[in-house]
Amino acid sequence: MNQSLIQLQGIVKKFPGVLANDHVDLDICSGEIHAILGENGSGKSTLMSILAGLYRPDDGNILVNGVEQKFRSPKDAIDCGIGMIHQHFKLVEPFTVAENITLGEKQTSFILASKKLNDRIIELGIKYGLEINPDAKIWQLSVGEKQRVEIVRMLYRGSKVLVLDEPTAVLTPQEAAELFENLRKMAMAGCAVVLITHKLNEVEAVADRVTVLRQGKVAGVLEKHQINAQEMVRLMVGRSVVMQYARSSSSVGKVVLELNKVKALNDMGLPCLREMSLRVREGEVLGLAGVSGNGQREMAEIIAGLRLIQSGEVLLNGQSISNLSPRAIIDLGVAYVPEDRLGMGLVPDLNTLDNLILKNYHRPEYSGRWLLKPRAVQQNADTLVKQYQVKLASLLQPVKLMSGGNLQKLLLAREISSSPKLMVIVYPARGLDIGATEAVHKLLLELKQQKTAILLISEDLDEIFKLADRVGVVFNGQLTGEFPVEQADLEEVGLLMTGSRTARERINDNEPAHS
Amino acid sequence: MSIQEFLIPLLATAITAGTPILYAAIGELITERAGIINLGVEGIMLVGAVSGFMAAIATGSPWMGLLASMLAGGAVALIHAFLTITLRANQVVSGLSLTIFGTGLSGYLGKSYIGIPVAKPFDIMPLGPLAKIPIIGPIFFQHDILVYISYGLVIVLWYYMYRTRPGLNLRALGENPAAMDALGINVFLLRYIYVVVGGMFGGVGGAYLSLAYAPSWLENMTAGRGWIAVALVIFALWNPLRALLGSYLFGGIDALGFRLQVLNVQISPFFLKMLPYLFTVLVLVVVVARHKGRLSTPGALGLPYDREER
Repeated sequence: MNQSLIQLQGIVKKFPGVLANDHVDLDICSGEIHAILGENGSGKSTLMSILAGLYRPDDGNILVNGVEQKFRSPKDAIDCGIGMIHQHFKLVEPFTVAENITLGEKQTSFILASKKLNDRIIELGIKYGLEINPDAKIWQLSVGEKQRVEIVRMLYRGSKVLVLDEPTAVLTPQEAAELFENLRKMAMAGCAVVLITHKLNEVEAVADRVTVLRQGKVAGVLEKHQINAQEMVRLMVGRSVVMQYARSSSSVGKVVLELNKVKALNDMGLPCLREMSLRVREGEVLGLAGVSGNGQREMAEIIAGLRLIQSGEVLLNGQSISNLSPRAIIDLGVAYVPEDRLGMGLVPDLNTLDNLILKNYHRPEYSGRWLLKPRAVQQNADTLVKQYQVKLASLLQPVKLMSGGNLQKLLLAREISSSPKLMVIVYPARGLDIGATEAVHKLLLELKQQKTAILLISEDLDEIFKLADRVGVVFNGQLTGEFPVEQADLEEVGLLMTGSRTARERINDNEPAHS
Repeated sequence: MSIQEFLIPLLATAITAGTPILYAAIGELITERAGIINLGVEGIMLVGAVSGFMAAIATGSPWMGLLASMLAGGAVALIHAFLTITLRANQVVSGLSLTIFGTGLSGYLGKSYIGIPVAKPFDIMPLGPLAKIPIIGPIFFQHDILVYISYGLVIVLWYYMYRTRPGLNLRALGENPAAMDALGINVFLLRYIYVVVGGMFGGVGGAYLSLAYAPSWLENMTAGRGWIAVALVIFALWNPLRALLGSYLFGGIDALGFRLQVLNVQISPFFLKMLPYLFTVLVLVVVVARHKGRLSTPGALGLPYDREER
C-alpha cells in the first residue's frame, strides 16, 4: 500500500497567460484510490494530461517506480502502465467494442484475431465486474457501458495506474456506485486508481487519500481519516460555501406550461417522446431527472419551437404553442437555455454585443428600418454584463474565448433580461465549478421569486434536489414518476431513471412502462 | 448486330475506361479514410500522366514511367500533407490550389511532348487460360497489366482495411484522431504516409491514361476524371469494393458514349460526352438522399488535428 508507483515532483505547466500547474507534487501508491479534487481551472485536468503524456511539463520530474521518465507522447505513458480514462471518451463510435479495445496496440498479430480478443475481453469483464459484449457497436451503448469499454481497454493493455477524469459526471447514482465497487476491486488487485473529481461525496465515499488543488497549486493532502467535506471545501475554494440553499416558499400560481400526451421523433426518426404530459406553474421549479437520451433534449426543443410534434399539444398559459415558430414562442415569453451553450445558445465567433441581441435584434429598440442602433446595443451589453457579473476581457472578443461559467452567465443574462414567463433550462451547471454553479443557481432562484415557471432538466440529482419544488423522472420518453421534493427519495428516483420500477408503482398502475 | 458484339466490347471498354478513375479513387479513398480530403486529385493525375509519359519516353520503359508517375503524384500530395497536417490549413483550399497548380505544371512540362507517340506503352496481354473463358474472359482478362494489378489492389486494400491491425488504425484515424493519439499512435506520421500513398495512386491513375488507355500526352487529358474519382469515393461509401463497381459504372457510361457514336445513333456527341459528369451529379444526389445525411463519412474527415487545442 505504501509503495510509491508514480511520483510527480514540482510539475510546472504554463499556457499563454495562465500558470496551469505551479510546482505540483503528487504521490500515487499501488493499491490505493487517490482522489484529485479541485474546481474547474484548478489545474487538475492539465496535471492529468501531463501524466498521460498529452502535454509536456515546462518543469518538474515524473518518476515511475522511482525511475525518472520523460513522456514525449501518450505512447510513453502507456508503456509505463498509465491508463487514462478521459472525460470525453476516446472511442471510435462506428467500431465494435473489441475493435476499440485492440485499437492502437501493437503486441498482437498483424491480422486481427477476434476470437482470442473476445475471450480475453470477457475474461477481464468477469474478473473486475465489467461485463461487456465485445461485438456491440459503441454507438449502441449507454454512457456507462462506454466507460466500461474505456476501462477494459486500459486493463487489457496491462495498465497498473488507472486515471479517471470526472468519471461519474454522466452516470446515474447506481452506475456510479457500481463503478466505485469495480474501482475498489482493481485497487485490491494491486492497481492504483486516480480519481479526478469535484464532487465531495465521491471523495468521501471511495478515496483512500485526496490531493486538493487550488489555482494550480497543491492546497493540501488528506489521509483517509482526515477526509471531511468542510475541510475539503475550505482547501478547494479557499472559503466556505453554502451547501444547501434556503428554500423560499414562493407562492405557486396558475399553470404556465402544460404538455398533453405529446409524441415526437428524434433526429434518427425514432420516437423520443411517447405521450409525455406534464405541468409547470408560476413561481415553481419542476426538476426533471433522467439519463440523457431519454427525450429531455427533444422536449426542450419542442417547447422552444425547434422541433415539431406529431400529436398531443403544448400549452402556454392555456394557449396552444404546438409547432409555432421559435420567434413566435420567444415573443410569448419562453426563455430557453440549451445544454449546448456554444453550439445552440450562443454563436461562438460573434462577440458579446451581438450574442446579447440574438433574440431581439429585430425589435425597434435595437434596430431601425435597415441598420442596428449601435449605441443601444452597446448599452444593453454594458448593463447586462455588469448586472450579471460576467467576467470578460472585452465586449468585442468572440465569446468562444470565455470560460464555461461566464458563458452560462452571459446566456442567462440574455434570457432572464427578457422577463420570461417560462424558463426552460437544460443541464445548467454542466462543466461549471462550485463558484459558478452557485451563481447560476442563485439566478434561477431569483427568477423563481419573480413568478417565472422554471422547467429544469438535469442529470445531476444533487442539483435537482437543491433547486426543484417538484421532481419528475423521465425515462424512455415518458414521465415515469413525479414527487414533491420533500417526499422524493434519491434511491427511488435513481431506480426510476434507469427504468427499474418501484414496488409502489407496480401496485399503482398496471400499464407497462414501454407502451 | 448481336448482343455479344455490342455488349462484350462495351463492358470490356467499361473496365479500361474505369481503371484510371479506379486508381485515383483508391488513392482518394485511402486519403479520406485517414481523415484528409484531397481535392487535388485532378492535378495529381495530370502531373502523374505527364511525368510518367516523359519518363517512359526518356527510358523506353513504361515501368519507369509508372514509377515516375508515383513519385510525382506522391510529391504533390506531400505538399498537401504539409499544408493540411503540419500547418493545419483548410483542406479544401489547399486541394483546389493543388489542382490548379497541377494543371498548370503539367501543361508547361508537357508542351514539347504533344503528339509524340510513346514507343512502348502498356500493351494488352491476355491473361493465359482465364482470357479464354467465354464472356468473362474477353470482359475481364484481355487487358493490360495495370488492369490486373488494380483487381489485386482492390482486394488487398479491402483485406487490409477490414481485417488487419494497421487497417483498423487507418479507419480509426479518420474517425477519431484524438482517440488514436491518446492510445499512443503517431497521428501526424500516419496521416502523412496515407496522404502521400494516396497521391501515388492518383499519379498511377494519370499514368494509366498516358501510357495505356490512350498512349500519348494531351494537355488536360484527364478531363475531369479526378473530380469523378472524388465523387466516386462518396458513392462508394469509402469502401474499395464499391469503388471498383462505381469506377466501371462510370467507365461504362464513358464507353457507351463512344459506342453509340459508332453505331450512328442520332444523339449529339456533345451530349454523350457530358453523360459521365451528369451521371456523377445524379449518383451523388441519389446516394445522399438514400442515406438521408447519415453517410458513413469518416467522422473527422476534413478536420485538422491539434493535440493541445482546448
